[in-house]
Amino acid sequence: MLTKRVIPCLDVKNGRVVKGVNFVGLVDAGDPVELARRYDAEGADEVVFLDITATSDERATTIGLASHAAEELRIPYAVGGGFRDVVSCRRMIAAGADKVCLNSAAVRDPSILARASAAFGSQAVVCAIDAKRVGRQDRWEVYLAGGREATGADAVAWAQKAARRGAGEILLTSMDRDGTKDGFDLALTRAVARAVPIPVIASGGVGTLEHFAEGICEGEADAVLAASVFHFGTFTIRQVKEYLASQGIPVRLDF
Amino acid sequence: MADGGRIVVVDYHKGNLLSVARGLAEAGATAEVTDDTARIRAAAGVVLPGVGSFEDAMGYVRASGQDEALLDVMRAGVPFLGICLGLHLIFERGSECSPGTEWVRGLGLLPGSVTRLDAGRLKVPHVGWDQIHLTEHGRACPLFEGVPEGANVYFTHSFALAGDVGAAVVTARTHYARSFASAVWEDNVYGVQFHPEKSSAAGLKILSNFAGIVREREVRP
Repeated sequence: MLTKRVIPCLDVKNGRVVKGVNFVGLVDAGDPVELARRYDAEGADEVVFLDITATSDERATTIGLASHAAEELRIPYAVGGGFRDVVSCRRMIAAGADKVCLNSAAVRDPSILARASAAFGSQAVVCAIDAKRVGRQDRWEVYLAGGREATGADAVAWAQKAARRGAGEILLTSMDRDGTKDGFDLALTRAVARAVPIPVIASGGVGTLEHFAEGICEGEADAVLAASVFHFGTFTIRQVKEYLASQGIPVRLDF
Repeated sequence: MADGGRIVVVDYHKGNLLSVARGLAEAGATAEVTDDTARIRAAAGVVLPGVGSFEDAMGYVRASGQDEALLDVMRAGVPFLGICLGLHLIFERGSECSPGTEWVRGLGLLPGSVTRLDAGRLKVPHVGWDQIHLTEHGRACPLFEGVPEGANVYFTHSFALAGDVGAAVVTARTHYARSFASAVWEDNVYGVQFHPEKSSAAGLKILSNFAGIVREREVRP
């Protein structure tokens, strides 16, 4: 049976991890590849590097990071953030990234999903969606630029369109829950997971072990992503996977 | 003539091959990434990796003359490993092609076709860690020596070998959307649907077994 994936996410700026990392035993807590290796050894199923740099000089650093990661990791990894066109995706994939996560570029021109998936295969193209609840109803709007720019687009409809255009996975972040430790937005996750024929990675809000299981069982996500609970050592990846296994959820434990 | 234990990772300009080469190097092999048909012909072992589309890949492989070089080395008994799309290409035909065409012809070394997984109840692409169930042929296969039955390996694909692939060559099956052959072996030709270079310890063991198969043939051709 296909196992459910547990994915740590690293925010990277100018080649360094920027969200707080409080890990014992790391020589350099700011080195994303060193941290990713640690997660690899702990049983992470994949790693996502989220590049939040703005300038092209910093972008070159991120390409360097991707090739360093290709040498060091024994699991797949994705790079997200900052892609403007297929050429910039190609550079990242040529450097060694298994997947690129497209967000704003795809909203501005959805044809990039089709062009990227024709070039690299849909398995390499992840559409990242940042969604925020509208009022009290189960409706969510797509936001760009880390939540600063509203698009007016419905998140579920956009996910469906992205899948039709060639995205191979959806990385779905709840802006309302991100950083709260209140758990995933389960209604959002479930609405998107049921609407698309491709895998959905739930993101935003994990604070407890139960939250991981809820994202999979109630949110119907194919994978669960978290950042700070791993970086601060609240849980190890192995702990999360052993918990999920104890709840009858299939996970990879033979690492 | 075989060239000092060197394993060639065939570059057909369709994706990144660093991790395959790196995995082979970690497994103790000398790996060279090249698109040069002369280098392919001179290799002690050949790995055909790949992501992307069957049609695009076959287009390049034919235009560059790699098709003949690959068939020659496979027929000459040189250890050969096809990974993911590289596994697909050694079969007769694939249904991953532009609208209006039904099939694209593959290298055709082994009989059978490659078809899309059906996205019914399950999500396609089939992405993530899933189990390989070894057949009797698989338990005797040197590629899987030391790899436990049911090991988790990393898959990422929408197409897979179809039911017309001969059961005699199937070394492992995986059950997703349908039960498909996730690994094959005939003589010197090995193929896997999953990515050993992304499959942690089990994957490294498989690459290291392949490197061992190449070395063994060098010593006792």
